Amino acid sequence: MLLRAENLSKSFGGVAAVQAVELGVERGTVHSIIGPNGAGKTTLLNLLSGIYRADAGQIFFGEEDVTSRAPHEFASAGIGRTFQNLQIFFNMSVLENVMAGRWLHEACGLAAALLRAPSLAHAERRARAESEELLGFVGLERWAHSPSDGLPYGALKRLEIARALAARPKLVLLDEPAAGLNPTETREIDQLIRRIAERGITVVLVEHNMKLVMEVSQRVLVLDHGRKLAEGDPETVSRDPQVIEAYLGVEAC
Amino acid sequence: MSRKGFAVLALVVALLPLALTNNYTYEVAIVVGLNAIVCVGLNLLIGYAGQISLGHAGFFGLGAYGSAILAARYGWPPFAGLAAAVAAVSLIAWIIGKPVLRLKGHYLAMATLGLGIIVAVVLATEDQVTGGPDGMPVPPLTLGSVVLQGEKLWYWIVAVVLLATVWLALNLIDSPRGRAWRALHGSEVAAGAIGIDPARHKLSAFVLSAALAALAGALTAHYSGFITPAKASFLHSIELVTMVVFGGMASTFGAVVGAAILTTLPQLLTVFKEYEMVTLGAVMMLTMIFMPQGLVPTLEKALAAARRKPE
Repeated sequence: MLLRAENLSKSFGGVAAVQAVELGVERGTVHSIIGPNGAGKTTLLNLLSGIYRADAGQIFFGEEDVTSRAPHEFASAGIGRTFQNLQIFFNMSVLENVMAGRWLHEACGLAAALLRAPSLAHAERRARAESEELLGFVGLERWAHSPSDGLPYGALKRLEIARALAARPKLVLLDEPAAGLNPTETREIDQLIRRIAERGITVVLVEHNMKLVMEVSQRVLVLDHGRKLAEGDPETVSRDPQVIEAYLGVEAC
Repeated sequence: MSRKGFAVLALVVALLPLALTNNYTYEVAIVVGLNAIVCVGLNLLIGYAGQISLGHAGFFGLGAYGSAILAARYGWPPFAGLAAAVAAVSLIAWIIGKPVLRLKGHYLAMATLGLGIIVAVVLATEDQVTGGPDGMPVPPLTLGSVVLQGEKLWYWIVAVVLLATVWLALNLIDSPRGRAWRALHGSEVAAGAIGIDPARHKLSAFVLSAALAALAGALTAHYSGFITPAKASFLHSIELVTMVVFGGMASTFGAVVGAAILTTLPQLLTVFKEYEMVTLGAVMMLTMIFMPQGLVPTLEKALAAARRKPE
């Protein structure tokens, strides 16, 4: 088990966004979290990346208890993430966005940075090459030197993924990577998620697009009103009467 | 781009004395250079790391008075006093920055504003040490038995310090650490998600910019031979921020150009001098409305667009 959440709860002023949720993500799988709007999916993702601190419960990553750590410590433990409402560094070029993602692996002291130490120049060349390669991996190589604010929406979604991968995470949390994309772009994201998994990176996917979820995931967790409604492989979950009810209403049963 | 820009700046600085015909024009050029040093540092904080400070004149004043007091009242060798003052201001900035930089946006602006005002009040009221509102004389810098005086010599001292500051800033911006600072500006939450500790990097940007302000303050004190609390005032802080915003946030050369234009204008046109604060306010408003990115980035974009057109 790579990521394990036990009895995780978070409420905002009396509204219980996530209630006693249990989650176990196996290494090397694509694990999806689905649920109707307001089910607590993004809250759960924010808990799993340290942006929110849980009111109760624990989070284990590998053997480590990471529960009360700061967001940057979740990142250094090996948990990367993307954001549903794009959080691109619009003050940097596309390539620089990806290079920034490598901070954990090329942190440099202030003096070295100011004086442009020779060792730094060498590391920078490698950083550039590897970041260009990552842009190729997500299909953005031709945009590498453009300012990031000129990119179309679909490309920015993939830039978020490239930046997260640049930190070399063991697990990456993808928050609605296909939201707002057309069917062609969604198919590309589908392929991209598979290729990320092939790299040996575990994926936790929050997504509304059922087709995408059913195609790429090995396991699905269904949330409703902050509680776990069902969990299992995509087949089982999609036939679960409770899940159908939550999505379509009682009549549909 | 940055290498070419640096070469152009070095050339301008080297050739400028040809146009400086008397001590007064030299003096203006020196003040431009000293302000530019502060602005390059302040731009690292505001333009790159995305954290506002309305109190940097406070650090400028502390550097100036620290170095002046150590030399005048305690008989320290001026260079040792200068170094000690800059180190002490860095330490003060670190101590103050740790709690203050937890604040964001308007709250951070108000806290740094308060900090600047406190410094100015202390400098004006502790008259036993600082000479009070009337200011105090400052001994000149000495190197061995040589006294560093005269406009021409000081022009070159300031030129070297400015070019060094710009060079260091350009290196920093294009390093992993510089990208970490810019990431904070772009999106603090995304910066955290790639392992950048916001508190740590905001603090180092704050301390570095405070140290540069203190350095420029100390040099100003020894150059002009006299210092008053006005240099640490709120108005001076606003002046510095206006230079950065007008020249162009997140542009090191913009900071230099902003300092050059807004320092020179009031000197050349006495009308501006009399209505200095009004002019500054107007410059700030017009910049925000018509070129929110500032002068140099706007010109760069226009140039790039003009170059693309013929194709």
